[in-house]
Amino acid sequence: MSIDSAVGITGVDKVFSARKGDVIALTGIHLEVAKGEFVSLIGPSGCGKSTLLRVIAGLIPATSGQVTVNGKSAEQARRDQDYGFAFQQAGLLEWRSVAANVELPLVVHGVSRAKRRARARELLDLVGLADFAEHRPQELSGGMQQRVAIARALAESPTLLLMDEPFGALDEMTRERMQGELVRIAAETSAAVVFVTHSISEAVFLSQRVVVMSPRPGRIADVVPIGLGARDLDTREAPEFFAAVTQVREALRGRASVGEGIS
Amino acid sequence: MTTGLDADPVAAGASLLRRSGSALGGAWPPIVVGVVVLGVWQWLVKAFDVSSFVLPAPSDIWNALTDNTSRIFDAALDTGGNALVGLVLGTVLAVIGAALVARLRVVDELITPLAAAVATMPIVVMAPIFNTMFDSTSTLPRRLVVMVATFVPVFVNTARGLKQISPVHAELMSSFAASGLAVLRHVRIPGALPYFFTGIRLAASLSVISAVVAEYFGGLQTGLGPKITSAVAASNYASAWSYVVGAIALGLVFYLAALLLEALAMRSRQVSGR
Repeated sequence: MSIDSAVGITGVDKVFSARKGDVIALTGIHLEVAKGEFVSLIGPSGCGKSTLLRVIAGLIPATSGQVTVNGKSAEQARRDQDYGFAFQQAGLLEWRSVAANVELPLVVHGVSRAKRRARARELLDLVGLADFAEHRPQELSGGMQQRVAIARALAESPTLLLMDEPFGALDEMTRERMQGELVRIAAETSAAVVFVTHSISEAVFLSQRVVVMSPRPGRIADVVPIGLGARDLDTREAPEFFAAVTQVREALRGRASVGEGIS
Repeated sequence: MTTGLDADPVAAGASLLRRSGSALGGAWPPIVVGVVVLGVWQWLVKAFDVSSFVLPAPSDIWNALTDNTSRIFDAALDTGGNALVGLVLGTVLAVIGAALVARLRVVDELITPLAAAVATMPIVVMAPIFNTMFDSTSTLPRRLVVMVATFVPVFVNTARGLKQISPVHAELMSSFAASGLAVLRHVRIPGALPYFFTGIRLAASLSVISAVVAEYFGGLQTGLGPKITSAVAASNYASAWSYVVGAIALGLVFYLAALLLEALAMRSRQVSGR
């Protein structure tokens, strides 16, 4: 395992104990995410992609195997705030203004007021919501709320961003715009991203590698490298984009993809 | 602010006007119904010469009210004082109890069923018992009745508010490696405020009711309760009714004060990032 990987996962299993017997959520997971790399986890419901993301975050412990974030244990990385987490729901606190929501992790970690405000301003600029700092979250559209949540996840300048279907509840057009924004933000912050999604085109557009997972028990079926170069408006119409989409789709169906997709 | 979300001032003013107009419009029907009821009541009593022990005419009650204003006010002040002290004590205990319940599971399992049992009990039945247990020539027994009565709704609602946290907020705070205390301060307490004030609103009305009923069970002769019973005993029915009107007014004052407190607290809950 390389020392400069953002995430290192070796031989991770996750078993949930239930009354009717154990459920194997994840088995034999090996994955390495390089610093600054954008990796998507894709697969049908129940394939354990969200569970894997939470294991990386140290929100739930692995049953066996090893998880490192920036060379530390997942638990230590969580305490050190090495990562920011964005959930499917924005999860903003309705009684805090947009800026105060972005400041929340900084408040929890005892950062001074002046520094918090400066940081919130920077982040709201980054996500294009500087004019909405004093608004209430419920005055914002779903896409704007999700941008606030991303700004909040970036508050502690993490080197890793963990995202659990953050655009899942958005309409198609907003979603595509947010994807473009995310590519830009990830590049500007040079953070590594692990991104969970149901959408093949979303995974292909965003990622350098797409990790295809399959259920019962949750495992990595395939890893598809995406060689699209810099993303722009034309990316989604390029033949290479469609080729990559096809490749991920076939991997999801369980067919052996054509040579270069297998890792 | 310079965003498209702000309506222009003229439109905002117009909508404010419309809203206050409709609020006033909304208040009209009940006022009309009230006036009509009073008119029919007055007419019935006078036309059929109803005895005052059955029902005094509104005009007689009004006369008693204006003749006795200062005495009614003093009696309401006595009752209101007991209700307020009991309400504050009950609320303080309820909040402490709810905080313990939210923090410690053992306490939750011990107290919550007990509170549910207490909630089904008509607490004023304890008034005579408190009168014997404590000094019946003091206001203490009455205040204790109010305290026990108001404890229940505040405790039940606040505990529910504190215990409930949305899964996404719990995970979020966990991803910040936030301490239990930080979760309490930034998520649970602000989230519980609306529940707490629902409890206070219920308790405010309850405090006046239980204070008056507690007064019916002997002890001191101060407060609205003894004045009502002694007016009835003296066959002065219009006067008795005027004290009832005083009790209604006192209940309204408590309820409106609770509403005002809630509005102020909900506004100050707003955390600004500026």
